[in-house]
Amino acid sequence: MSTQESRKERINRGIKVRSDGLYALMSWRELSYLTLPRFIMIAGMLSLPFLMPDMYWQRVISIVCIYAILALSFDFLAHYVGLVSLGGAFFIGTGGYIAGILNSYFSIPPFLTVPLAAIIGGIFCTLMLLPCLPLKGVYFAIVTLMYPLFMARVIEAFDIFGGTDGLVGIDSFSSSFAEQYFVIGMVLIFLFGLRRFVTTDRGLIFTAIMDNDQAVKASGIDITRYKALAVFIASAMGCMAGACLTHIYMWSGISQFALDFSILPIAATVIGGSGTLVGPILGCLILVPVSELLRDFGTLRIVFYASILVGFILFKSGGIMEFGQRKYEQFERWTKI
Amino acid sequence: MTDPILKMNGLSKRFGGVKALKDVSFDVFPGDVLGIIGPNGSGKTTIVNCITGFIKPTSGKVFFRGKDITGRPPHKIADMGVTRTFQVMRPYYSLPAYKNLVIPLFSPRAKRTGGWRGGGNLGNRQTIAIDILEDIGFERDSYIPFKKTSTLPTGYLKRLELARCLALKPEIIICDEVFSGLSMSEIASMVPLIERLQDEGITIVMIEHRLRELFQVANRVMVLNFGEKLIEGTPLDVMADKKVKEAYFGSEEVEEVMTYA
Repeated sequence: MSTQESRKERINRGIKVRSDGLYALMSWRELSYLTLPRFIMIAGMLSLPFLMPDMYWQRVISIVCIYAILALSFDFLAHYVGLVSLGGAFFIGTGGYIAGILNSYFSIPPFLTVPLAAIIGGIFCTLMLLPCLPLKGVYFAIVTLMYPLFMARVIEAFDIFGGTDGLVGIDSFSSSFAEQYFVIGMVLIFLFGLRRFVTTDRGLIFTAIMDNDQAVKASGIDITRYKALAVFIASAMGCMAGACLTHIYMWSGISQFALDFSILPIAATVIGGSGTLVGPILGCLILVPVSELLRDFGTLRIVFYASILVGFILFKSGGIMEFGQRKYEQFERWTKI
Repeated sequence: MTDPILKMNGLSKRFGGVKALKDVSFDVFPGDVLGIIGPNGSGKTTIVNCITGFIKPTSGKVFFRGKDITGRPPHKIADMGVTRTFQVMRPYYSLPAYKNLVIPLFSPRAKRTGGWRGGGNLGNRQTIAIDILEDIGFERDSYIPFKKTSTLPTGYLKRLELARCLALKPEIIICDEVFSGLSMSEIASMVPLIERLQDEGITIVMIEHRLRELFQVANRVMVLNFGEKLIEGTPLDVMADKKVKEAYFGSEEVEEVMTYA
């Protein structure tokens, strides 16, 4: 005889069912059930510069957004295309250096260097990663980890672009508000753009490549082209983030190829919820400020940092987003067996 | 006699020391249903992989409509209309069943041949996908095409494999064991489907272990043994052949199989 008398069951909330598809137009309540979370997200992001009064925390917001763009590109590549990329630092560094070169050698203003760095950097990164595209999963991850190290050593060894000192005296954004709203706007555009993109027919091909690349080949579709397109999208995002970073610090140097830029987005994705696209942004909103707050503890902050990560992996492996979405859409109750 | 649509010329494939295929030549004519049978490990799937470009033959040539397609990449060969199913089914498990077909419908060939070039929008492609699924035996007006692929039973997944080929408006379908793993009743409903595809003018190459059903639909059968072609002929010829009996059926079971067919 079993001692278990009842079990927990999860049932969709009524309003979740009522607001499915076209039925969402039934009333304002159903409509707001669907749109409110998105609205809160947008409004919250846009009001951040006002909520954070002092210069220091305003700078932190910009850094959060840069990491968020990077995490978004990691999540897209890893969970919608199946390419686990550790090349975040490669993207940031490439974008950063391109923006730096364009600004200090050709004195192009920041609002032009950022999009230029995104496009040129995206093409450059895609061409560099082209030989690795047949690789999958962990193998792709290992190879992409090599690129930022490679780039940093090349710049150091040949003493180009300022060598170990980096490029200094780069223009900053015109004001701190311009800087923050630019990066926040980019995060929101990329987030909602990608979410729309992955559900289109073209976006479905990426998911199909992740599930089963052989079957996509047998369907008469060139998977290398689509993988290259995905890498271009992700690296252009990363390079844009890198270009913003260069203009924020008014400097671009070898430390932009530091592995932090590869690792933190992954941690943020784990915490936020992988494959949700919003999750990584939430993860960055938590992780980056926490790591700033823990700065007083010196090197000990890595310990705190690591324990947060381990805690999430052990107890909430789905991430915040998955947990929150479940609570939002379903309720739990105990029933007698 | 008409020209062969698919022509194999001295196809050989070695995997290191293993000779998977030894100098296999055969022709497939338009409208044929060619069965390829043989014991396990006799190189049947290797032939499919060589034709569709998934592996390159060590020597020999494959011609499609007189054009040399040896060693071309798989997507180019599929683009010409030579499609295949996989022995181990390869659907996109994280997508709903009907969205599995959006991928082939998005391919350049489908855009060219499908007649739905004008309406390239999202809803359109998904409606076509559901039409194809219903056409191939998913219950009409049911929720099954909308179910997640990972929850579908094997019978539907095998049909989905065929549907993926059909979405490309193929000239040849190479079926790698479509009947395996299906129940008797599921196979019974698959046979008319194959016959209908043949009537529509699609050439079919079938690799099969289910001899009774294969001999029902095939008009020619080729027998492979250890990578070598034993014999090629009508089903009746093949069954009567002595070498085939020894290599494939085993001498004592022959009577039984004969009565099957």
